[in-house]
Amino acid sequence: MTAEQIIFFLTAALILISALMVVTTRNLVHAALWLIATLFGAAVLFATLEASFLAVVQIVVYIGAISILFIFAVMLTRRNLLDKVSQTNAGWPWAAGIAIAAFAGLVFLAGQMHNAGAQKGEVFGDPLMALSTALVSPDAYVLAFEVASIMLLAALVGAVYIANRK
Amino acid sequence: MEFLTDPIKVVYDWLLELFLGWGWADWVAVLVIYLLGIVLFISAVMVLDILLVWVERKVVARFQDRLGPNRVGPFGLFQPFPDIIKLILKEDIIPEGADRVVFNLAPILSLASVIFLWAVVPLASRIYGVDLNVALLYIVAAGAIGTLSIIMAGWASNNKYALLGAYRMVANMISYEIPMVVALLIPTVIVGSMSFVAITEAQSDYWFVLVSPLGALIFLIAAIAELGRSPFDLNEGESEIVSGYHIEYSGMKFGLFYAGELLHAFTFGGFVAALFFGGWHGPWAQEYPLLGAFYFVVKAMIGYWVIMWVKYTVPRIRIDHMLAFNWKFLTPLAFILLMVTALTHRVLLDAPTWLYISGMFLSNVLLAWITVEVLRAQARRKRESVPPVMVGD
Repeated sequence: MTAEQIIFFLTAALILISALMVVTTRNLVHAALWLIATLFGAAVLFATLEASFLAVVQIVVYIGAISILFIFAVMLTRRNLLDKVSQTNAGWPWAAGIAIAAFAGLVFLAGQMHNAGAQKGEVFGDPLMALSTALVSPDAYVLAFEVASIMLLAALVGAVYIANRK
Repeated sequence: MEFLTDPIKVVYDWLLELFLGWGWADWVAVLVIYLLGIVLFISAVMVLDILLVWVERKVVARFQDRLGPNRVGPFGLFQPFPDIIKLILKEDIIPEGADRVVFNLAPILSLASVIFLWAVVPLASRIYGVDLNVALLYIVAAGAIGTLSIIMAGWASNNKYALLGAYRMVANMISYEIPMVVALLIPTVIVGSMSFVAITEAQSDYWFVLVSPLGALIFLIAAIAELGRSPFDLNEGESEIVSGYHIEYSGMKFGLFYAGELLHAFTFGGFVAALFFGGWHGPWAQEYPLLGAFYFVVKAMIGYWVIMWVKYTVPRIRIDHMLAFNWKFLTPLAFILLMVTALTHRVLLDAPTWLYISGMFLSNVLLAWITVEVLRAQARRKRESVPPVMVGD
Protein backbone atom coordinates (compact mmCIF):
# COMPACT_ATOMS: atom_id res chain seq x y z
CA MET A 1 0.00 0.00 0.00
CA THR A 2 1.43 3.36 -0.98
CA ALA A 3 1.36 6.43 1.21
CA GLU A 4 -1.22 7.94 -1.13
CA GLN A 5 -3.57 5.01 -0.56
CA ILE A 6 -3.15 5.23 3.21
CA ILE A 7 -4.06 8.92 3.07
CA PHE A 8 -7.01 8.14 0.82
CA PHE A 9 -8.42 5.48 3.15
CA LEU A 10 -7.98 7.65 6.24
CA THR A 11 -9.65 10.59 4.52
CA ALA A 12 -12.46 8.44 3.18
CA ALA A 13 -13.07 7.09 6.69
CA LEU A 14 -13.13 10.66 8.05
CA ILE A 15 -15.60 11.76 5.36
CA LEU A 16 -17.93 8.79 5.87
CA ILE A 17 -17.92 8.92 9.67
CA SER A 18 -18.43 12.66 9.85
CA ALA A 19 -21.12 12.56 7.15
CA LEU A 20 -22.92 9.93 9.22
CA MET A 21 -22.57 12.11 12.30
CA VAL A 22 -24.08 15.08 10.41
CA VAL A 23 -27.36 13.25 9.94
CA THR A 24 -27.47 11.38 13.25
CA THR A 25 -26.36 13.94 15.83
CA ARG A 26 -29.20 15.75 17.56
CA ASN A 27 -27.35 18.97 18.27
CA LEU A 28 -27.64 21.23 15.22
CA VAL A 29 -24.40 23.12 15.83
CA HIS A 30 -22.58 19.81 16.22
CA ALA A 31 -24.11 18.71 12.93
CA ALA A 32 -22.72 21.85 11.29
CA LEU A 33 -19.27 21.17 12.79
CA TRP A 34 -19.34 17.56 11.55
CA LEU A 35 -20.32 18.90 8.14
CA ILE A 36 -17.19 21.05 8.25
CA ALA A 37 -15.14 17.91 8.95
CA THR A 38 -16.75 16.23 5.93
CA LEU A 39 -15.99 19.18 3.67
CA PHE A 40 -12.43 19.31 4.98
CA GLY A 41 -12.01 15.66 4.03
CA ALA A 42 -13.20 16.47 0.51
CA ALA A 43 -10.58 19.25 0.38
CA VAL A 44 -7.91 16.71 1.38
CA LEU A 45 -9.03 14.43 -1.47
CA PHE A 46 -8.72 17.33 -3.92
CA ALA A 47 -5.24 18.04 -2.60
CA THR A 48 -4.11 14.43 -3.08
CA LEU A 49 -5.35 14.66 -6.69
CA GLU A 50 -3.06 17.70 -7.16
CA ALA A 51 -6.09 19.96 -7.61
CA SER A 52 -4.66 22.51 -5.19
CA PHE A 53 -6.93 25.31 -6.37
CA LEU A 54 -10.09 23.26 -5.79
CA ALA A 55 -8.79 22.10 -2.39
CA VAL A 56 -8.19 25.64 -1.18
CA VAL A 57 -11.41 27.01 -2.69
CA GLN A 58 -13.30 24.18 -1.01
CA ILE A 59 -12.04 25.44 2.35
CA VAL A 60 -12.51 29.14 1.60
CA VAL A 61 -16.02 28.79 0.22
CA TYR A 62 -17.51 25.84 2.07
CA ILE A 63 -15.84 26.13 5.47
CA GLY A 64 -15.14 29.86 5.51
CA ALA A 65 -18.45 31.05 4.14
CA ILE A 66 -21.23 28.48 3.83
CA SER A 67 -20.65 26.57 7.08
CA ILE A 68 -20.25 29.78 9.06
CA LEU A 69 -23.54 30.92 7.52
CA PHE A 70 -25.14 27.62 8.58
CA ILE A 71 -23.96 28.08 12.15
CA PHE A 72 -25.18 31.68 12.18
CA ALA A 73 -28.59 30.68 10.81
CA VAL A 74 -28.96 27.83 13.29
CA MET A 75 -27.93 29.94 16.27
CA LEU A 76 -30.07 32.92 15.32
CA THR A 77 -33.26 31.05 14.51
CA ARG A 78 -33.52 28.19 17.00
CA ARG A 79 -34.10 28.78 20.64
CA ASN A 80 -33.53 25.20 21.69
CA LEU A 81 -30.61 23.64 19.87
CA LEU A 82 -31.48 20.11 20.98
CA ASP A 83 -33.99 18.38 18.76
CA LYS A 84 -36.19 16.00 20.71
CA VAL A 85 -38.45 14.67 17.94
CA SER A 86 -37.77 11.39 16.15
CA GLN A 87 -35.16 11.68 13.43
CA THR A 88 -36.96 9.42 10.98
CA ASN A 89 -40.50 9.12 9.69
CA ALA A 90 -42.54 6.19 8.44
CA GLY A 91 -40.95 6.22 4.99
CA TRP A 92 -37.40 5.50 6.12
CA PRO A 93 -37.18 1.89 4.80
CA TRP A 94 -38.08 3.17 1.32
CA ALA A 95 -35.46 5.90 1.51
CA ALA A 96 -32.85 3.40 2.69
CA GLY A 97 -33.75 1.03 -0.13
CA ILE A 98 -33.49 3.75 -2.78
CA ALA A 99 -30.18 4.92 -1.35
CA ILE A 100 -28.72 1.39 -1.35
CA ALA A 101 -29.99 0.76 -4.90
CA ALA A 102 -28.50 4.05 -6.13
CA PHE A 103 -25.18 3.24 -4.45
CA ALA A 104 -25.11 -0.25 -5.95
CA GLY A 105 -25.92 1.22 -9.36
CA LEU A 106 -23.08 3.72 -9.06
CA VAL A 107 -20.62 1.00 -8.02
CA PHE A 108 -21.76 -1.15 -10.96
CA LEU A 109 -21.40 1.74 -13.42
CA ALA A 110 -17.98 2.64 -12.07
CA GLY A 111 -16.89 -0.99 -12.50
CA GLN A 112 -18.01 -0.92 -16.14
CA MET A 113 -15.82 2.10 -16.95
CA HIS A 114 -12.77 1.17 -19.01
CA ASN A 115 -10.33 3.03 -16.73
CA ALA A 116 -11.79 1.83 -13.42
CA GLY A 117 -9.14 1.41 -10.77
CA ALA A 118 -6.54 3.08 -12.96
CA GLN A 119 -3.90 5.37 -11.58
CA LYS A 120 -4.69 9.08 -11.75
CA GLY A 121 -3.74 10.77 -14.99
CA GLU A 122 -0.45 12.56 -15.43
CA VAL A 123 -0.74 16.31 -15.04
CA PHE A 124 1.16 18.28 -17.67
CA GLY A 125 2.32 21.76 -16.79
CA ASP A 126 0.71 23.92 -14.13
CA PRO A 127 -2.78 22.56 -13.46
CA LEU A 128 -3.82 25.95 -12.08
CA MET A 129 -2.92 27.63 -15.38
CA ALA A 130 -4.78 24.94 -17.33
CA LEU A 131 -7.88 25.44 -15.18
CA SER A 132 -7.81 29.21 -15.46
CA THR A 133 -7.37 29.25 -19.22
CA ALA A 134 -10.13 26.66 -19.57
CA LEU A 135 -12.51 28.89 -17.62
CA VAL A 136 -12.08 31.84 -20.00
CA SER A 137 -11.43 30.07 -23.29
CA PRO A 138 -14.33 29.92 -25.78
CA ASP A 139 -13.42 26.32 -26.64
CA ALA A 140 -13.90 25.20 -23.05
CA TYR A 141 -16.06 26.43 -20.22
CA VAL A 142 -16.46 30.17 -20.73
CA LEU A 143 -20.23 29.86 -21.27
CA ALA A 144 -20.79 27.85 -18.08
CA PHE A 145 -18.54 30.25 -16.18
CA GLU A 146 -20.44 33.33 -17.37
CA VAL A 147 -23.84 31.73 -16.79
CA ALA A 148 -22.81 30.87 -13.23
CA SER A 149 -21.70 34.42 -12.59
CA ILE A 150 -24.97 35.83 -13.95
CA MET A 151 -26.85 33.45 -11.67
CA LEU A 152 -24.85 34.66 -8.68
CA LEU A 153 -25.51 38.27 -9.69
CA ALA A 154 -29.24 37.52 -9.89
CA ALA A 155 -29.10 35.99 -6.41
CA LEU A 156 -27.32 39.08 -5.13
CA VAL A 157 -29.90 41.43 -6.68
CA GLY A 158 -32.70 39.28 -5.28
CA ALA A 159 -31.19 39.38 -1.79
CA VAL A 160 -30.89 43.16 -1.93
CA TYR A 161 -34.51 43.46 -3.13
CA ILE A 162 -35.87 41.25 -0.37
CA ALA A 163 -33.81 43.01 2.29
CA ASN A 164 -34.90 46.43 1.03
CA ARG A 165 -38.66 45.82 1.07
CA LYS A 166 -40.26 48.03 3.66
CA MET B 1 30.83 27.89 1.54
CA GLU B 2 27.84 25.99 0.29
CA PHE B 3 26.10 26.28 3.65
CA LEU B 4 25.84 30.04 3.29
CA THR B 5 24.38 29.88 -0.20
CA ASP B 6 21.84 27.10 0.30
CA PRO B 7 21.58 26.09 3.99
CA ILE B 8 18.41 23.99 3.71
CA LYS B 9 19.80 21.79 0.96
CA VAL B 10 23.11 21.26 2.81
CA VAL B 11 21.33 20.21 6.01
CA TYR B 12 18.95 18.02 4.01
CA ASP B 13 21.75 16.23 2.19
CA TRP B 14 23.74 15.74 5.40
CA LEU B 15 20.74 14.29 7.27
CA LEU B 16 19.80 12.06 4.33
CA GLU B 17 23.32 10.64 4.17
CA LEU B 18 23.31 10.11 7.95
CA PHE B 19 19.96 8.31 7.99
CA LEU B 20 20.78 6.18 4.94
CA GLY B 21 24.04 5.30 6.68
CA TRP B 22 21.98 3.93 9.57
CA GLY B 23 20.37 1.56 7.11
CA TRP B 24 16.99 3.29 6.93
CA ALA B 25 14.82 2.94 3.86
CA ASP B 26 14.80 5.87 1.46
CA TRP B 27 11.22 6.97 2.09
CA VAL B 28 11.53 6.63 5.88
CA ALA B 29 14.58 8.92 5.86
CA VAL B 30 12.81 11.54 3.70
CA LEU B 31 9.67 11.36 5.84
CA VAL B 32 11.67 11.77 9.08
CA ILE B 33 13.60 14.71 7.63
CA TYR B 34 10.38 16.44 6.58
CA LEU B 35 8.81 15.81 10.01
CA LEU B 36 11.94 17.16 11.72
CA GLY B 37 11.81 20.22 9.50
CA ILE B 38 8.16 20.88 10.33
CA VAL B 39 8.71 20.43 14.08
CA LEU B 40 11.80 22.65 14.09
CA PHE B 41 10.09 25.33 12.02
CA ILE B 42 7.01 25.40 14.25
CA SER B 43 9.22 25.46 17.37
CA ALA B 44 11.20 28.39 15.98
CA VAL B 45 7.96 30.25 15.24
CA MET B 46 6.65 29.55 18.75
CA VAL B 47 9.89 30.76 20.37
CA LEU B 48 9.58 33.91 18.29
CA ASP B 49 6.00 34.14 19.58
CA ILE B 50 7.30 34.14 23.18
CA LEU B 51 9.54 37.08 22.31
CA LEU B 52 6.61 38.86 20.66
CA VAL B 53 4.86 38.98 24.04
CA TRP B 54 7.75 41.06 25.31
CA VAL B 55 7.83 43.22 22.16
CA GLU B 56 4.10 43.89 22.36
CA ARG B 57 4.16 44.80 26.06
CA LYS B 58 7.22 47.00 25.70
CA VAL B 59 5.84 48.86 22.67
CA VAL B 60 2.40 49.43 24.17
CA ALA B 61 4.10 50.76 27.30
CA ARG B 62 6.09 53.27 25.26
CA PHE B 63 2.98 54.39 23.39
CA GLN B 64 1.23 54.92 26.72
CA ASP B 65 4.21 56.71 28.26
CA ARG B 66 5.10 53.87 30.62
CA LEU B 67 8.24 51.77 31.01
CA GLY B 68 6.75 48.34 30.47
CA PRO B 69 8.25 45.11 31.83
CA ASN B 70 11.72 45.88 33.25
CA ARG B 71 12.19 43.58 36.28
CA VAL B 72 13.02 40.13 34.91
CA GLY B 73 16.26 40.00 32.95
CA PRO B 74 17.86 42.81 30.95
CA PHE B 75 15.16 45.24 29.71
CA GLY B 76 12.61 42.81 31.12
CA LEU B 77 13.48 40.45 28.29
CA PHE B 78 12.63 37.32 30.30
CA GLN B 79 9.22 38.65 31.38
CA PRO B 80 7.33 36.21 29.08
CA PHE B 81 8.64 33.23 31.07
CA PRO B 82 7.00 34.22 34.38
CA ASP B 83 3.92 35.03 32.29
CA ILE B 84 3.90 31.51 30.87
CA ILE B 85 4.47 29.90 34.29
CA LYS B 86 1.57 31.93 35.65
CA LEU B 87 -0.70 30.90 32.78
CA ILE B 88 0.19 27.23 33.22
CA LEU B 89 -0.33 27.28 37.01
CA LYS B 90 -3.74 28.94 36.76
CA GLU B 91 -6.79 26.81 37.39
CA ASP B 92 -8.24 25.47 34.18
CA ILE B 93 -11.95 26.27 34.34
CA ILE B 94 -14.53 24.81 32.02
CA PRO B 95 -17.82 26.59 32.64
CA GLU B 96 -20.99 24.76 33.63
CA GLY B 97 -23.02 23.94 30.53
CA ALA B 98 -20.14 24.47 28.14
CA ASP B 99 -19.74 22.14 25.21
CA ARG B 100 -16.53 20.51 26.44
CA VAL B 101 -15.07 19.12 23.21
CA VAL B 102 -15.79 22.21 21.11
CA PHE B 103 -14.68 24.46 23.98
CA ASN B 104 -11.29 22.76 24.16
CA LEU B 105 -10.88 22.48 20.40
CA ALA B 106 -11.37 26.20 19.72
CA PRO B 107 -8.08 27.59 21.17
CA ILE B 108 -6.11 24.83 19.44
CA LEU B 109 -7.68 25.67 16.07
CA SER B 110 -7.14 29.35 16.72
CA LEU B 111 -3.38 28.97 17.14
CA ALA B 112 -3.17 26.29 14.43
CA SER B 113 -4.81 28.60 11.88
CA VAL B 114 -1.92 31.01 12.41
CA ILE B 115 0.77 28.32 12.28
CA PHE B 116 -0.74 27.05 9.00
CA LEU B 117 0.18 30.41 7.49
CA TRP B 118 3.90 29.80 8.08
CA ALA B 119 3.89 26.93 5.60
CA VAL B 120 3.92 29.42 2.72
CA VAL B 121 5.89 32.32 4.23
CA PRO B 122 8.90 32.96 1.95
CA LEU B 123 11.63 33.55 4.52
CA ALA B 124 14.43 33.81 1.95
CA SER B 125 15.25 32.91 -1.62
CA ARG B 126 15.73 29.21 -0.80
CA ILE B 127 14.18 29.03 2.68
CA TYR B 128 10.44 28.43 2.70
CA GLY B 129 8.01 25.70 3.68
CA VAL B 130 6.33 24.93 0.36
CA ASP B 131 6.09 26.84 -2.89
CA LEU B 132 2.32 26.50 -3.23
CA ASN B 133 0.89 27.75 -6.53
CA VAL B 134 -2.24 28.93 -4.67
CA ALA B 135 -0.46 30.40 -1.65
CA LEU B 136 -2.50 33.61 -1.55
CA LEU B 137 -5.78 31.68 -1.50
CA TYR B 138 -4.25 29.35 1.07
CA ILE B 139 -3.77 32.19 3.55
CA VAL B 140 -7.43 33.14 3.06
CA ALA B 141 -8.37 29.51 3.73
CA ALA B 142 -6.29 29.47 6.92
CA GLY B 143 -8.11 32.65 7.94
CA ALA B 144 -11.39 30.79 7.41
CA ILE B 145 -10.29 28.21 9.98
CA GLY B 146 -9.48 31.07 12.37
CA THR B 147 -13.00 32.43 11.88
CA LEU B 148 -14.37 28.98 12.63
CA SER B 149 -12.36 28.75 15.85
CA ILE B 150 -13.83 32.04 17.07
CA ILE B 151 -17.42 31.03 16.46
CA MET B 152 -16.69 27.67 18.14
CA ALA B 153 -15.23 29.44 21.19
CA GLY B 154 -18.13 31.86 21.39
CA TRP B 155 -20.78 29.21 21.07
CA ALA B 156 -19.21 26.53 23.27
CA SER B 157 -18.62 28.92 26.18
CA ASN B 158 -22.38 29.03 26.87
CA ASN B 159 -22.08 32.70 27.73
CA LYS B 160 -24.07 35.45 26.04
CA TYR B 161 -21.17 37.89 26.06
CA ALA B 162 -18.91 35.33 24.45
CA LEU B 163 -21.54 34.63 21.79
CA LEU B 164 -22.12 38.32 21.07
CA GLY B 165 -18.38 38.92 20.90
CA ALA B 166 -17.99 36.01 18.49
CA TYR B 167 -20.84 37.32 16.30
CA ARG B 168 -19.27 40.74 16.05
CA MET B 169 -15.82 39.35 15.40
CA VAL B 170 -17.00 36.91 12.73
CA ALA B 171 -19.09 39.58 11.01
CA ASN B 172 -15.95 41.71 10.99
CA MET B 173 -13.72 38.94 9.66
CA ILE B 174 -15.93 37.65 6.87
CA SER B 175 -16.71 41.18 5.63
CA TYR B 176 -13.10 42.31 5.50
CA GLU B 177 -12.09 39.09 3.78
CA ILE B 178 -13.48 40.56 0.54
CA PRO B 179 -11.27 43.69 0.25
CA MET B 180 -8.37 41.54 1.44
CA VAL B 181 -8.85 38.97 -1.32
CA VAL B 182 -9.16 41.77 -3.87
CA ALA B 183 -5.99 43.42 -2.55
CA LEU B 184 -4.26 40.02 -2.79
CA LEU B 185 -5.35 39.84 -6.44
CA ILE B 186 -3.34 42.95 -7.27
CA PRO B 187 0.13 41.34 -6.89
CA THR B 188 -1.37 38.25 -8.53
CA VAL B 189 -2.38 40.29 -11.58
CA ILE B 190 1.01 42.00 -11.75
CA VAL B 191 3.07 38.80 -11.42
CA GLY B 192 0.68 36.34 -13.01
CA SER B 193 1.06 33.86 -10.16
CA MET B 194 -0.45 33.27 -6.74
CA SER B 195 2.76 31.76 -5.39
CA PHE B 196 4.47 33.73 -2.63
CA VAL B 197 7.90 32.69 -3.90
CA ALA B 198 7.15 33.96 -7.42
CA ILE B 199 5.70 37.23 -6.10
CA THR B 200 8.78 37.91 -3.97
CA GLU B 201 11.11 36.93 -6.82
CA ALA B 202 9.34 39.41 -9.08
CA GLN B 203 10.23 42.27 -6.75
CA SER B 204 13.98 42.05 -7.30
CA ASP B 205 14.05 45.38 -9.22
CA TYR B 206 11.32 47.39 -7.52
CA TRP B 207 8.94 46.91 -4.62
CA PHE B 208 5.26 46.55 -5.43
CA VAL B 209 4.40 49.32 -3.00
CA LEU B 210 5.63 51.68 -5.73
CA VAL B 211 3.40 50.00 -8.29
CA SER B 212 0.34 49.75 -6.08
CA PRO B 213 0.53 51.96 -2.96
CA LEU B 214 -3.26 51.97 -2.65
CA GLY B 215 -3.33 48.17 -2.83
CA ALA B 216 -0.79 47.97 0.00
CA LEU B 217 -2.90 50.33 2.09
CA ILE B 218 -6.12 48.39 1.46
CA PHE B 219 -4.34 45.14 2.32
CA LEU B 220 -3.01 46.61 5.55
CA ILE B 221 -6.44 47.90 6.60
CA ALA B 222 -8.13 44.60 5.75
CA ALA B 223 -5.36 42.69 7.54
CA ILE B 224 -5.83 44.74 10.72
CA ALA B 225 -9.56 44.05 10.54
CA GLU B 226 -8.89 40.36 9.97
CA LEU B 227 -6.63 40.33 13.01
CA GLY B 228 -9.37 41.92 15.09
CA ARG B 229 -7.01 44.60 16.34
CA SER B 230 -7.96 48.15 17.17
CA PRO B 231 -9.65 50.08 15.54
CA PHE B 232 -11.49 46.90 14.52
CA ASP B 233 -11.31 45.06 17.86
CA LEU B 234 -15.05 44.64 18.12
CA ASN B 235 -14.69 41.32 19.86
CA GLU B 236 -13.84 43.32 22.94
CA GLY B 237 -15.85 46.06 24.59
CA GLU B 238 -15.33 46.33 28.31
CA SER B 239 -18.64 48.11 28.91
CA GLU B 240 -20.85 45.85 26.76
CA ILE B 241 -19.37 42.40 26.22
CA VAL B 242 -16.28 42.38 28.42
CA SER B 243 -13.51 40.53 26.57
CA GLY B 244 -15.64 38.90 23.90
CA TYR B 245 -15.36 35.35 22.66
CA HIS B 246 -12.55 34.29 25.02
CA ILE B 247 -14.19 35.57 28.20
CA GLU B 248 -14.62 32.06 29.66
CA TYR B 249 -11.11 30.87 28.89
CA SER B 250 -8.54 30.77 31.66
CA GLY B 251 -4.91 29.82 31.97
CA MET B 252 -3.08 28.42 28.99
CA LYS B 253 -6.23 28.18 26.86
CA PHE B 254 -6.51 31.94 27.00
CA GLY B 255 -2.75 31.95 26.42
CA LEU B 256 -3.24 30.11 23.14
CA PHE B 257 -5.69 32.75 21.90
CA TYR B 258 -3.32 35.50 23.00
CA ALA B 259 -0.24 33.87 21.46
CA GLY B 260 -2.23 33.25 18.28
CA GLU B 261 -3.23 36.90 18.07
CA LEU B 262 0.33 38.17 18.48
CA LEU B 263 1.77 35.69 16.02
CA HIS B 264 -1.04 36.48 13.57
CA ALA B 265 -0.19 40.18 13.71
CA PHE B 266 3.50 39.46 13.14
CA THR B 267 2.69 37.06 10.30
CA PHE B 268 0.55 39.66 8.56
CA GLY B 269 3.40 42.14 8.98
CA GLY B 270 5.44 39.54 7.11
CA PHE B 271 2.78 39.21 4.40
CA VAL B 272 2.70 42.96 3.87
CA ALA B 273 6.50 42.82 3.57
CA ALA B 274 6.46 39.87 1.17
CA LEU B 275 3.69 41.20 -1.06
CA PHE B 276 4.49 44.89 -1.25
CA PHE B 277 7.90 45.59 0.31
CA GLY B 278 10.14 43.16 -1.51
CA GLY B 279 10.08 40.33 1.06
CA TRP B 280 13.62 39.05 1.62
CA HIS B 281 15.15 41.26 -1.07
CA GLY B 282 18.05 43.44 0.05
CA PRO B 283 21.79 43.80 -0.50
CA TRP B 284 23.46 40.36 -1.05
CA ALA B 285 20.24 38.57 -0.06
CA GLN B 286 20.14 36.63 -3.34
CA GLU B 287 23.50 34.93 -2.66
CA TYR B 288 23.14 34.50 1.10
CA PRO B 289 19.64 33.28 2.03
CA LEU B 290 20.28 33.65 5.76
CA LEU B 291 20.82 37.37 5.21
CA GLY B 292 17.56 37.40 3.23
CA ALA B 293 15.74 35.75 6.13
CA PHE B 294 17.14 38.46 8.39
CA TYR B 295 15.86 41.20 6.05
CA PHE B 296 12.48 39.49 5.92
CA VAL B 297 12.17 39.32 9.72
CA VAL B 298 13.21 42.97 10.03
CA LYS B 299 10.61 44.02 7.44
CA ALA B 300 7.99 41.85 9.13
CA MET B 301 8.84 43.47 12.47
CA ILE B 302 8.38 46.92 10.92
CA GLY B 303 5.02 45.80 9.54
CA TYR B 304 4.10 44.43 12.97
CA TRP B 305 5.18 47.71 14.54
CA VAL B 306 2.88 49.66 12.20
CA ILE B 307 0.00 47.37 13.16
CA MET B 308 0.79 47.99 16.86
CA TRP B 309 1.12 51.72 16.21
CA VAL B 310 -2.38 51.79 14.71
CA LYS B 311 -3.72 49.60 17.51
CA TYR B 312 -2.53 51.81 20.33
CA THR B 313 -3.37 55.12 18.65
CA VAL B 314 -6.80 54.73 17.09
CA PRO B 315 -9.92 54.19 19.21
CA ARG B 316 -12.41 51.40 18.55
CA ILE B 317 -14.96 51.92 15.75
CA ARG B 318 -18.65 51.19 16.33
CA ILE B 319 -19.86 48.05 14.53
CA ASP B 320 -22.26 49.80 12.10
CA HIS B 321 -19.57 52.29 11.14
CA MET B 322 -17.13 49.46 10.65
CA LEU B 323 -19.47 47.47 8.39
CA ALA B 324 -20.49 50.58 6.45
CA PHE B 325 -16.83 51.51 5.95
CA ASN B 326 -16.14 48.06 4.56
CA TRP B 327 -19.15 47.58 2.28
CA LYS B 328 -19.72 51.14 1.11
CA PHE B 329 -16.14 52.32 0.84
CA LEU B 330 -13.34 49.75 1.04
CA THR B 331 -14.88 46.97 -1.08
CA PRO B 332 -15.92 49.20 -4.03
CA LEU B 333 -12.58 50.99 -3.88
CA ALA B 334 -10.71 47.68 -3.91
CA PHE B 335 -12.66 46.43 -6.93
CA ILE B 336 -12.14 49.67 -8.87
CA LEU B 337 -8.45 49.59 -7.96
CA LEU B 338 -8.20 46.02 -9.21
CA MET B 339 -9.72 46.99 -12.57
CA VAL B 340 -7.53 50.09 -12.87
CA THR B 341 -4.42 48.08 -11.96
CA ALA B 342 -5.21 45.33 -14.45
CA LEU B 343 -5.89 47.82 -17.28
CA THR B 344 -2.81 49.97 -16.59
CA HIS B 345 -0.66 46.86 -16.25
CA ARG B 346 -1.88 45.56 -19.61
CA VAL B 347 -1.34 48.91 -21.36
CA LEU B 348 2.14 49.43 -19.93
CA LEU B 349 3.24 45.81 -20.20
CA ASP B 350 5.90 46.47 -22.85
CA ALA B 351 6.90 49.92 -21.57
CA PRO B 352 10.33 50.48 -19.98
CA THR B 353 10.50 49.95 -16.21
CA TRP B 354 10.58 53.62 -15.21
CA LEU B 355 7.49 54.36 -17.33
CA TYR B 356 5.72 51.27 -15.99
CA ILE B 357 6.35 52.18 -12.34
CA SER B 358 5.43 55.84 -12.75
CA GLY B 359 2.32 54.98 -14.79
CA MET B 360 1.09 52.49 -12.20
CA PHE B 361 1.92 54.88 -9.36
CA LEU B 362 0.10 57.77 -11.04
CA SER B 363 -2.97 55.63 -11.72
CA ASN B 364 -3.10 54.85 -7.99
CA VAL B 365 -2.65 58.49 -7.03
CA LEU B 366 -5.36 59.52 -9.51
CA LEU B 367 -7.77 56.95 -8.09
CA ALA B 368 -7.03 58.09 -4.53
CA TRP B 369 -7.61 61.71 -5.54
CA ILE B 370 -10.96 60.89 -7.22
CA THR B 371 -11.98 58.92 -4.13
CA VAL B 372 -11.21 61.83 -1.83
CA GLU B 373 -13.12 64.22 -4.10
CA VAL B 374 -16.17 61.95 -4.18
CA LEU B 375 -16.07 61.63 -0.39
CA ARG B 376 -15.78 65.39 -0.01
CA ALA B 377 -18.75 66.01 -2.33
CA GLN B 378 -20.79 63.46 -0.39
CA ALA B 379 -19.90 65.03 2.94
CA ARG B 380 -20.84 68.49 1.61
CA ARG B 381 -24.21 67.22 0.40
CA LYS B 382 -24.84 65.65 3.79
CA ARG B 383 -23.86 68.84 5.61
CA GLU B 384 -26.18 70.94 3.42
CA SER B 385 -29.13 68.60 3.95
CA VAL B 386 -28.95 69.15 7.72
CA PRO B 387 -30.59 72.47 8.72
CA PRO B 388 -28.07 74.78 10.36
CA VAL B 389 -28.23 74.97 14.13
CA MET B 390 -28.42 78.50 15.56
CA VAL B 391 -25.96 79.17 18.31
CA GLY B 392 -27.86 79.90 21.50
CA ASP B 393 -30.99 78.01 20.47
